[in-house]
Amino acid sequence: MARKRVDLDRRTVLKGAAAGAAATVFAPTIVTAQAKAIRVGMPTILSGRVAQLGTTSRAGAQFEIDKINGAGGLAGRRIELVVRDSRGQPQEAARVARELVNSDGCEIILDAEASSGSFAVQEVAKDLGVLCIHTNSETSSLSADPKIRIPNAFRTARQGIHDSIAGGSYAAKIAQAKGLDRWATCSPDYAYGRDSNALFMEYLKHFYPKAELTTEAWPKLFQPDYTEVITNVLQAKPQALYSCLWGGDLTSWIDQGNIYAMFAQMEVFAINMADYTALTVVKNLPPGIHSGNRYIKTFPGTPQNAAWADAYRERFKEYPTNWSWENATAVHFLDAAAKKANSADGKQLADAMRGLKIDSPFGADGTITMRAEDQTIVGYAIGWGTTIGKEPYVPTVTAGDWKVIAELEADWKKRNKYT
Amino acid sequence: MNPAALANCLTSASCVITQTTSGLIIGMLLFLVAAGLTLIFGVLKVVNFTHGSFYMLGAYFAYTVYVATGSYVLAVLAAAFGVGLFALIFERFFMSKVYGSNVLMQLLVCYAFILILDDAVKIIWGPEFKSMGMPDAFQRPPLFVAGGIVPVFYLFLIVITLIISAVLWLTITRTRFGTIVRAAAVNPHMVSALGINTRLVYSLVFALGGLLAGLAGSLAVPVRSLTAGMGFSILIESFIVTVIGGMGSIAGALIGSILIGLVRAFGSIGFPLFVEGLMFMLMAVILILKPSGLLGKEG
Repeated sequence: MARKRVDLDRRTVLKGAAAGAAATVFAPTIVTAQAKAIRVGMPTILSGRVAQLGTTSRAGAQFEIDKINGAGGLAGRRIELVVRDSRGQPQEAARVARELVNSDGCEIILDAEASSGSFAVQEVAKDLGVLCIHTNSETSSLSADPKIRIPNAFRTARQGIHDSIAGGSYAAKIAQAKGLDRWATCSPDYAYGRDSNALFMEYLKHFYPKAELTTEAWPKLFQPDYTEVITNVLQAKPQALYSCLWGGDLTSWIDQGNIYAMFAQMEVFAINMADYTALTVVKNLPPGIHSGNRYIKTFPGTPQNAAWADAYRERFKEYPTNWSWENATAVHFLDAAAKKANSADGKQLADAMRGLKIDSPFGADGTITMRAEDQTIVGYAIGWGTTIGKEPYVPTVTAGDWKVIAELEADWKKRNKYT
Repeated sequence: MNPAALANCLTSASCVITQTTSGLIIGMLLFLVAAGLTLIFGVLKVVNFTHGSFYMLGAYFAYTVYVATGSYVLAVLAAAFGVGLFALIFERFFMSKVYGSNVLMQLLVCYAFILILDDAVKIIWGPEFKSMGMPDAFQRPPLFVAGGIVPVFYLFLIVITLIISAVLWLTITRTRFGTIVRAAAVNPHMVSALGINTRLVYSLVFALGGLLAGLAGSLAVPVRSLTAGMGFSILIESFIVTVIGGMGSIAGALIGSILIGLVRAFGSIGFPLFVEGLMFMLMAVILILKPSGLLGKEG
């Protein structure tokens, strides 16, 4: 019985193989007859401690790509997203980016790396001349420094300097009202933590000169226990505290700070608190923590933004992150640029994107602009508010003033000799 | 560097109380992990690099049981005995195969399991970090002692780890099992020749080490977030502790842990940017003065 079946199968297999061979010979002609799909490569972090950066970047981009494909594609070409894991290592990010272009035939790179990886991908983009959009790196110099900036690279992420100015001006108003003169900081001891700390304090003092930094605590990145830095800060009895801890470090610090009643003893400004990754994880979120918006459904408080968050949540079973909206925005810009240029060619897309203003659920006034001079976005929703322990977590957000941000940013660029 | 702040702190009762309890709590949790590590090394002569992963498993077991039942007591028990059982299986099927072989082979087996367990955690519990939150019983304001701040939960932790240390010490010094363990550490062949099943002793010691690490994980979980890979940093600190205290000495591990805790607590006031460096400097100084560690045996 068994033998018989094998016999039959062999014939079928042979027939099938012949048909398959014919199909592969003819297939290329069939595909080229239609418009070729455009491949978009995404180097990102899908493993390790910040894997959430990669999974939600991918989700944000894919969510929008599916909509574009449903509406006919990018200038008539279907978009195919190719995602690769760099494991958070810059040299691996560069290798993956190069491979995506050279071996996988990607014509556009959505660089969803953290900052360290983005600078490496920027080098590859410079070398290969491929259109590149940085979607997660917030390090200001990536687009501000003319020595690093290149014509074929853009950024659709928020930028450190914008957050610092908005944060400093918000904190200064609270400090003025409550007389908060003695400040402490507690931020992770690496490049981002140091930059964020220095810029926040600089703009706080700019708007409220009486603010004085009395204590600094520098836990190391991914430190499991914050007890000694918490008690150190408590000893100094500051009136207010700034922290740019994020993710699991931030939630550990809050849990440990809670048992010292730290949040009742000072005003706390935690720039990375208002993101669902942290808000939904902390079990005993103390009320009244001041935070910048990362991504929050209620800000901008428009039906478009809320609808986007709900649709995303329905599909991915979790709320969007800061990385989700930044990657979605990159795809929005590609779509708008392709419509304007009536082409999906990288060079023409880049030309169309410079100075482009698009309608966006994430815009402060319903629009976001790709500033022509440094190819980075402005006008996105930026603001600060205070937390409550349950949804909507940050009920009211005070919007940052983009006019003030632009003025002080120009001044900051001048001081750094970027202009 | 801010030595003046440190001097100020040392003259104020409130600062000394706050920082000492904070040092004790860091030290005591570290001790639970380091005690198991040093016990396993002392008896089995293997360096168990997966010990940090046992701590991680303890934290995740406790988290899961707490979420399912709402009982922190059950969560702690499940973590301790769950990880103890896991360590028993791990020892029987894997570690026992590499006893007496090259230390590189032992390292390879352990490192493989660090990676496997980290990935298993990601598959089972997901790649996002988790936070358990403080059990209701401990959600109360901290105590103020002479101006110093002492959280209720930390007081509980210090007491419970002291009790565990005492039980461990009594077990090792006053019971028949402890006598056999100590004998097996010195001369396993003689113990075996006397008709005692040393394989069983090895398994039980390994399981006890795992139980302590699981316990540490479950006690830390209300205040530390959970991620795959969380065992790694505690592993490094545990090694510093065992090296300072002397490999194989439980009392040495206790002294080493408390020293590290106090160095972190007071170091962060005087030298906020050099706390890690201070820990390693302390280790270096002790190794220069006494190469076998504070309570380690010479040779």
